[in-house]
Amino acid sequence: MSGPLHPQISLYAAIATRSFRRYSTYTAATLAGIFTNSVFGIILSFAYLALWEQNPSAGGYEADQAVTFVWIGQALLMTVALWSGGSTDDLAERIRTGDIAVDLYRPVSVLGWYLAADLGRGLYHFTTRGVAPAIVGALLFGLVTPSPAGAAGFLVSVVLAVVVSFAVRFLFAASAFWLLDATGPRVLLSVLATFFSGLTLPLNLFPDGLRQVALALPFASYIQTPADIWLGRHTGLDMIAAIGLQVLWAVVLLATCALVLRAATRKVVVQGG
Amino acid sequence: MVDTDTPAAYVAHAVRSYWLIALLWIRAAMAYPVSFWTMLVGGVLITFLDFVAIWLMFTHVDTYGGFTLREIALLYGLTSIAFRVADMLVGSVEKIGQKVRSGDLDAMMTKPVPVLVQLCADRFELRRLGQIAQGLAVFAWAAPIVEWTPQRLLVLVVALVSGVVIYFCVFVIFSTIQFWTTDASEFANAFTYGGNTIMQYPMTIFPREVVRSLTYLLPLAFVNWYPCLFLLGRTDPFGSPDWFRFASPLAALMLVVVTTLVWRQGLRRYRSTGS
Repeated sequence: MSGPLHPQISLYAAIATRSFRRYSTYTAATLAGIFTNSVFGIILSFAYLALWEQNPSAGGYEADQAVTFVWIGQALLMTVALWSGGSTDDLAERIRTGDIAVDLYRPVSVLGWYLAADLGRGLYHFTTRGVAPAIVGALLFGLVTPSPAGAAGFLVSVVLAVVVSFAVRFLFAASAFWLLDATGPRVLLSVLATFFSGLTLPLNLFPDGLRQVALALPFASYIQTPADIWLGRHTGLDMIAAIGLQVLWAVVLLATCALVLRAATRKVVVQGG
Repeated sequence: MVDTDTPAAYVAHAVRSYWLIALLWIRAAMAYPVSFWTMLVGGVLITFLDFVAIWLMFTHVDTYGGFTLREIALLYGLTSIAFRVADMLVGSVEKIGQKVRSGDLDAMMTKPVPVLVQLCADRFELRRLGQIAQGLAVFAWAAPIVEWTPQRLLVLVVALVSGVVIYFCVFVIFSTIQFWTTDASEFANAFTYGGNTIMQYPMTIFPREVVRSLTYLLPLAFVNWYPCLFLLGRTDPFGSPDWFRFASPLAALMLVVVTTLVWRQGLRRYRSTGS
């Protein structure tokens, strides 16, 4: 059993490493992105401070927690590829051009290949465009720091955030098998992800009803859940439940991806490539 | 040969060329009708939810920075319309870096149409009408709070035109940087999209230095903040002179001069990749 497993893992590690390196080539782009994330972080920080000055406990957050939430959002939006741009963009493009046929030929799981590539990308974006703006935010506004358990939970939650986001993006990209051009669904996905991840406004500030729905959706895994773990709103069993919901979404969505891919493969074969 | 001897003929030629190229891209987009319409609706939705976020903030407060929701909607509507129109007109200028890398810019240089016109019309996106419509809707919702007079209507129209020019210039200026660093296109987003975002809020929530910068350095406050003070008949909490409320065209004109200089400098700096 251990024989065939080991090469598989090193293969996926190799894919992830190449993906990490691919993104690290564009230093100027990364610096420009860090600058832009920081500018948006500053704007939103002032916007939130004005809100919390009027209502110091809005959504159950203190002002300093709200500002920290802003910077966690800015740090994670590229890590989870909120507006697409990860390996799933390559997938959509390869479906459009027909190159996907080559991917299907490979003796590697297509889902595994693209997931590994996206995790490599996510790690790069987290260590650069995640950490750097957060430092800017800490210097300018002072951020809330988590407990050791909170920090550990946060890191686990971020990895799951990338997996959940990947699976959702994969499904939207796979729509290209039927629509040929996936740019429309991609825009629609950006809309949903921006609003329901907590990026524009923490989900806890949503009115009753909408809040419960938003917190249950997979998009909450992107920013809201990791942020609440960082801020100590989920501790102990509550934290395990929050991470459990992310795991549940990851499993359900990845399984759906596999099913969709199977249906699509049949379609590609029928079309003759 | 196209006759471009007189300035008027030159402008007419540029506008006509822009329209012809734009039409080409409109037809191309219509080849995928499902994508076109989902993106148009998506554009309305994404900007709509953008405003919903502000509206949701008002479920926790009554006034924000001393402004009511409708007053903020007025600020929001004005900056959104100007920004989205400019965004539609500016086309592929944001992607100069890509054009340099791919060599497309060389091809553009050989054609008898100004490069800036070609870049702006390239990949013209009609679907952005959706986002413009959302700005109009928010503005229309806020408009009844203004006691309209002929002067106020005039200030509004002038501010809208100036606003489009100001944002157009901001797009061009910060995209020109890509002549120096071809893959730093996102740097410009901080000023273009970031500019539009910051102007959606009343300036009262920002420190004085930020408002000064948005007046004297990057004059975005002339897009909506100063004109809206006039429309609402409010005094400026930062104590700026009254004539600032009518100075939007002046700010736009000065920015056009700066933009022309920067653009020419960038184009002169351009060296083809040669491959």
